[in-house]
Amino acid sequence: MASGVKPRVKVPKTASAGETIEIKTLISHTMESGQRKDSDGNVIPRSIINRFTAEFNGQNVIDVTLEPAISTNPYFQFEAIVPETGEFKFIWYDDDGSVYEETKAISVS
Amino acid sequence: MKLSRRNLLITSSAGMAAMAMGSLPAFASLTDDEIAKVTGGAELGEGAITLDAPEIAENGNTVPIGVSAPGAVSIVLFADGNPVPNVATFKFGPLSASRTASTRIRLARTQNVIAIAEMEDGSFQKASANIKVTIGGCGG
Repeated sequence: MASGVKPRVKVPKTASAGETIEIKTLISHTMESGQRKDSDGNVIPRSIINRFTAEFNGQNVIDVTLEPAISTNPYFQFEAIVPETGEFKFIWYDDDGSVYEETKAISVS
Repeated sequence: MKLSRRNLLITSSAGMAAMAMGSLPAFASLTDDEIAKVTGGAELGEGAITLDAPEIAENGNTVPIGVSAPGAVSIVLFADGNPVPNVATFKFGPLSASRTASTRIRLARTQNVIAIAEMEDGSFQKASANIKVTIGGCGG
């Protein structure tokens, strides 16, 4: 599939050192579960995002393994510690081998 | 697509009726097996993990779920009434603040959602919630 996949991420632009911030991520994806059948009774093959990771300046924040039970347009909300100015990198791994990336800079005052 | 959903509904409700006649739902033991795979049969503590879930979910296609376990290395989510019980695994890195995560999941019918957290000392914590699904994958 891999068409119309668009990641969206919400990260604050500034924070103070060591502060806990909230991150919200969403990626548009059908997350075809592999359980459904089309009108001819054929199983629609599974096509999901199977892994999502978030890291800050190369250090891991969260690493999620997704199964077909995750809803269409997978949404994640979690919290991270920001020790210094830097960049968040979010990566989604598709079943078809595609990798979607998004980065967000944050400055620490 | 409408039609296929209906077919799925019919076949799955027939399956459920067959299951009700048997002694135990087949799915429950499947979930126990999957949990044992994660914990290695270790004892499950309670209290240090919270599972945030609605009591009633009108739409089983997107049910908001939140888990929180301070001091956890990872949290695994299961749904015991789904065709595949595994839902997601969250692994927390060094920059994860509160070991909290929220997402949205699919539930085929009214069932229990179970969260298992592996703590830093190697012990396991369990929390579960029963969620009533009004419109699920098979009309539960």
